[in-house]
Amino acid sequence: MPSLIDIRRRIRSVKNMQQITKAMKMVSAAKLRRAQERAIAARPYGTSLDRMLANVAAAASANEEVSQPLLAVREEKSVQLVVVTSDPGLAGAFNANILRMAQKFIDDNAGKKIHVEAIGRKGRDYFRRRGVELSGVHIGIVDKPSYDTARKIADKLIERYSKAEVDAVYICVNEFKNVMAPNLALRRILPVTVPESAQNLDYIYEEPPQELLSALLPRYVEVQLYRALLESNSAEHAARMTAMDAASSNAGDVIDTLTLNMNRVRQAKITREIIEIVGGAAAL
Amino acid sequence: MADTLQLQVATPERQLIDEPVTAVEIPGRDGYLGILPDHAPLLGQLGAGVLSFSSSSTSNGDRVLAVDGGFIEVMDNHVRVLAEHAEFGRDINVEEARRRLTEAQEAVERQPPVDNIDEALAQMLAAQARVDAAEQLLD
Repeated sequence: MPSLIDIRRRIRSVKNMQQITKAMKMVSAAKLRRAQERAIAARPYGTSLDRMLANVAAAASANEEVSQPLLAVREEKSVQLVVVTSDPGLAGAFNANILRMAQKFIDDNAGKKIHVEAIGRKGRDYFRRRGVELSGVHIGIVDKPSYDTARKIADKLIERYSKAEVDAVYICVNEFKNVMAPNLALRRILPVTVPESAQNLDYIYEEPPQELLSALLPRYVEVQLYRALLESNSAEHAARMTAMDAASSNAGDVIDTLTLNMNRVRQAKITREIIEIVGGAAAL
Repeated sequence: MADTLQLQVATPERQLIDEPVTAVEIPGRDGYLGILPDHAPLLGQLGAGVLSFSSSSTSNGDRVLAVDGGFIEVMDNHVRVLAEHAEFGRDINVEEARRRLTEAQEAVERQPPVDNIDEALAQMLAAQARVDAAEQLLD
């Protein structure tokens, strides 16, 4: 039986932990809201670009043979995998889920050469521990991702793809659906899958469609990557919020059990003392 | 016959403008385009320059933007401008913009020429656009 003082000490330490987890939950809730705002702010550009690309691609292929390097589908011998994780941990199964999916992808494509680009510290640590060679590491960018950083990474991927160093680029990312459910996605970003166009308009083209297409495609890849970073950031904060909420309520349970225990010990001590007094009195 | 068109200006990070306007002047890659209501559908690339529009509801300072690189789409009385960079003229510090322009010009004229002369030129044009946008508001 632990002594009264030990139990009190434990209760105090669990209470401290609960305070920290509660604070982290609040911080994540605020960060989640801001991350979502950024994702929503980025939406108009993305949707317009989707539609433009669909239209231009349709117009370009109607007139002549399309010879865009970013649309060329090659046999996948060497594949680039971009894994987006978070920098800090304490986000429940967030990173574990992504890394499991990434590992499965690597195992499923054992015959191909896989290059891994790690975005986020957790992903880097995981692959480094397993001795997987990384083609690139990006740390400190997943919180508040900016378009410029997304662009730099996307341009690197585009360059590797155009030089035929890799035959396809996949991205492994946790997308944000709602606070409770993680939504893992494995997407191919290169070669580009052109979105379907809903309407085909007869535009006046200031530049030849082919030229427009060459300008649109890299931008499209950049936007996709930027969107993935924003989504991942939202999902990370949502996961951390849920994890910290669970941790806070677990701490509450532990405190309840310990308090009960403490009362019992105190009760037992009092009872013992009374028995001693009564026994002593009887002996007289 | 509509008398306004909906102007939307967005960068990858946010949407700056979404409002009805009566006319808009956009820097295309090969020169300025004036767009009035009921314009035919058009697609083109955006150049570096000053985007300005007339509208009954916005104050003067909000009607001039420096934009740089991207795309223009005109369709069904909607003008969508997707710019890589866009900044309201009123948010630009003229002094700072002029200084950057001078720096960019020096980079272009440097001997021997810098390796990526195209990029230096693009930067100079973008800097010029910011100065122009800021100066238009000074008069």
